[in-house]
Amino acid sequence: MSQSHNRGLIEDFGRWREFAPGMWAWIFHKFTGWVLIGYLFTHVAVLSTAISGPQLYTTTLRSLESLLLVRVLEVGLLAVATFHIMNGIRLLFIDLGVGLESQDKSFYASLVLTGAIAVASVPTFLSGAF
Amino acid sequence: MAERYSSFDRRGWAWFLQRLTAAFLVIVLAFHFMLLHFVNHAYEITFLGSQARMSQVGYFITMVLFLVTATFHGVNGVFNALVNQGLKGTQKKVVLGVLAIAGLGLVIQGIRLALAMTGLV
Repeated sequence: MSQSHNRGLIEDFGRWREFAPGMWAWIFHKFTGWVLIGYLFTHVAVLSTAISGPQLYTTTLRSLESLLLVRVLEVGLLAVATFHIMNGIRLLFIDLGVGLESQDKSFYASLVLTGAIAVASVPTFLSGAF
Repeated sequence: MAERYSSFDRRGWAWFLQRLTAAFLVIVLAFHFMLLHFVNHAYEITFLGSQARMSQVGYFITMVLFLVTATFHGVNGVFNALVNQGLKGTQKKVVLGVLAIAGLGLVIQGIRLALAMTGLV
């Protein structure tokens, strides 16, 4: 017979001091997911300038790219997307029954890889911004 | 037997589709970032460059699939997060309806702009 464990209300973020790595992975995956879907709507809105004509599209995107804030936010977006991808791969493997015992280590690996890729991308994103 | 605490729906296809779209998005999102930020640079963007890419049938189809799968994955993810937080009953149905309309609107607008980028429409 299967058994259920009363885990309490895990959505109670006031208990954050008790959270294990798997819970942090869950929170970060939710947070990065919210950011990415919010960005998708914004991205489509900005790219929609293409409907109004080539000139407006080019001018709008180049104007945005000329802002340092946008370049910094792009590094943040890459970090968010990278973590969501890395942790997503981790979750797909866990769903397949692979690596459940080392799920905390694979979470730490996702964080380290995300940090490394984000830092390595900084020169590319900030190129020509100053 | 102990009470079941999960919000998991045993009947639905959404769980499987969320993972299927995830596997596709892992590859295409990484490709999208690489192509538009590291191979080509966003600050050098021009309509003509976007048009050249979007006019290739394979690229166009990939981007439309990217849009559809990302929208489903994102909107379904938001819905799942809200259900996790305890959304149920009429509120759940209303939220599902609003998210479905928002998602459909996003896909339609995305396809419109992709067609505009080809320069054919």
